[in-house]
Amino acid sequence: MAERTLRVLVGKPGLDGHDRGAKIIARAFRDAGFEVIYTGLHQTPEQIVSAAIQEDVDCVGLSILSGAHNTLLPRVCQLLKEKDADDIMVFGGGVIPDDDIPGLKNAGLKEVFTPGSSTEDIVKWVRDNVHPRA
Amino acid sequence: MSLAERILQGDTRAAARLMRDIDDGYASAREELKLLYPHSGSAYLIGITGPPGAGKSTLVDQVTEAYRRRGKRVGIVAVDPTSPFTGGAILGDRIRMNRHADDEGVFIRSLATRGHLGGVSRSTGDVALVMDAMGMDVVIIETVGVGQDEVDIVKMAHTTVVVMVPGLGDDIQAIKAGILEIGDVFVVNKSDRPDADRTVRELTTMLEMNSARADDWRPKVMRTEAHRGTGIAELVEEFETHRSHLFGSAAINRFLAEKGARTFMEILKDRLFAEVFAPLEADGRFARIVDDLANRRIDPYSAVEAVVAERFAAGADN
Repeated sequence: MAERTLRVLVGKPGLDGHDRGAKIIARAFRDAGFEVIYTGLHQTPEQIVSAAIQEDVDCVGLSILSGAHNTLLPRVCQLLKEKDADDIMVFGGGVIPDDDIPGLKNAGLKEVFTPGSSTEDIVKWVRDNVHPRA
Repeated sequence: MSLAERILQGDTRAAARLMRDIDDGYASAREELKLLYPHSGSAYLIGITGPPGAGKSTLVDQVTEAYRRRGKRVGIVAVDPTSPFTGGAILGDRIRMNRHADDEGVFIRSLATRGHLGGVSRSTGDVALVMDAMGMDVVIIETVGVGQDEVDIVKMAHTTVVVMVPGLGDDIQAIKAGILEIGDVFVVNKSDRPDADRTVRELTTMLEMNSARADDWRPKVMRTEAHRGTGIAELVEEFETHRSHLFGSAAINRFLAEKGARTFMEILKDRLFAEVFAPLEADGRFARIVDDLANRRIDPYSAVEAVVAERFAAGADN
C-alpha cells in the first residue's frame, strides 16, 4: 500500500502581522518532508477550519502573538468539532503565558509551544504525535 | 457509504479525503473514481500557467470572484513544487485566495508535484475530475511556475491561459518553442509596469506570425493588473468566447479524443509499471538489481528485459 505524506496547515489566526515564526516553522516542516499548506496572515478560525478540511491535513499549527489566543485557538478546535473533523490535531505556538496553557489544552489544543522552543523540538513533536490517517 | 456516494451528496470532507487517496496512490481511489466518472464531464476546465511570480494565484483569485458573481461554483487545483531533496513542499497558493476560504461555492485544493514533471502533479487530472463530479461549474487548474517546456496543462484544460509579465526577456524568448505555443489566451499581468506595452507588442507579433491553428482560433493578448482586478471582466469574457468557440466546433471532439487517449495511456503505463515493479520491490529483488547495476555486473537494458519477460511469461500462465 502506498505511503501517506504528512500534510500540515500552518496559519496565523487574528490580527497580528508577525509571520516570521510561522514561516520558519513552515520551512522546517518542509525540510522534514511534510507538505505544508501555508495560509498566511489574518485568518479567521472559520477560514482555517474550512482550509484544513478541503486540504485534508493531519494537523493544524497556529502561530499567534497578539494575545488573543484564549479566544481564537479554542474557537478553531470548536469549529473542527462542529464539522465532525476533530480528528485533525491542533497545536499552537507564540507568546502564550504559562498560566493560559492548561485552559487551551482543555479546549482541545494538543500542545502549546512558547518562545524558546526549537524548530527541531516542534518537528519531533509532530513526528511523534501526528500520524496520517489510514 | 462509499466516498463517491458521500461526494455526490455534497460531502466536502469525503471529497477532500478521496483527493488525498488519489494523491497518495491508493488503489481504493480507483474504485471511487470509477463511480464518480459518469457524474463528471460538465465542468469547464481552465488551465493557468506561466513563470513563477507572474501573478497566477492572484489572477485565479480574481477570476474565481468573477465567476462567483455570475453564480457559478468554482473548484481550484493549485500546484506547487515538491523539494527534490526532502520530499516536502510549501503550498502557498491559498494565501492569495483566502477570501474564498469560507465560501461554500468554492473548493480549493493545493497539490505538490511529488516529482512529476510537466507543471502539474500526477494526481491533478483526477482531482479536477472529483471537483467536476462535485458539481463545480468551473475548475481552475494553476500549474507550478513553469519555464518553457511544462505543457501538460493543455491536454487537461478546455482553455489554456499563459500568464506573462513585462521584462522577462527579449523577443527571441517569444519565438522559442514551448509554453508560448500552447495558450488559447495570453495575459500580460502587472501591465502597469513601464515595459508592458513592449511585452504586449512582442507577444502579439509572435502570435500573428503563427500559422493558422487547426481549431481556427486566434489567441488574443489581454492586459491585467490582477491585484487591483483591472482587466479581469474582459479576461473572463475572452475565456467564455473561447469556450463557445471550442464547444461550437469540431475542435471539442478532437480535444476529448486526445484527452481520452492520453488518460488511457497514462493509466496503462502506471498500471503496467506497478504490475511489474511491486513484486520486485516486495521480494527484495529490486535491491539486488540496483546492486548489480552499481557494480556494473549487468546493464540496465538487459535487467529490464529479463524482468519484463519473466512477468509476462508468468502472466500467461495465470
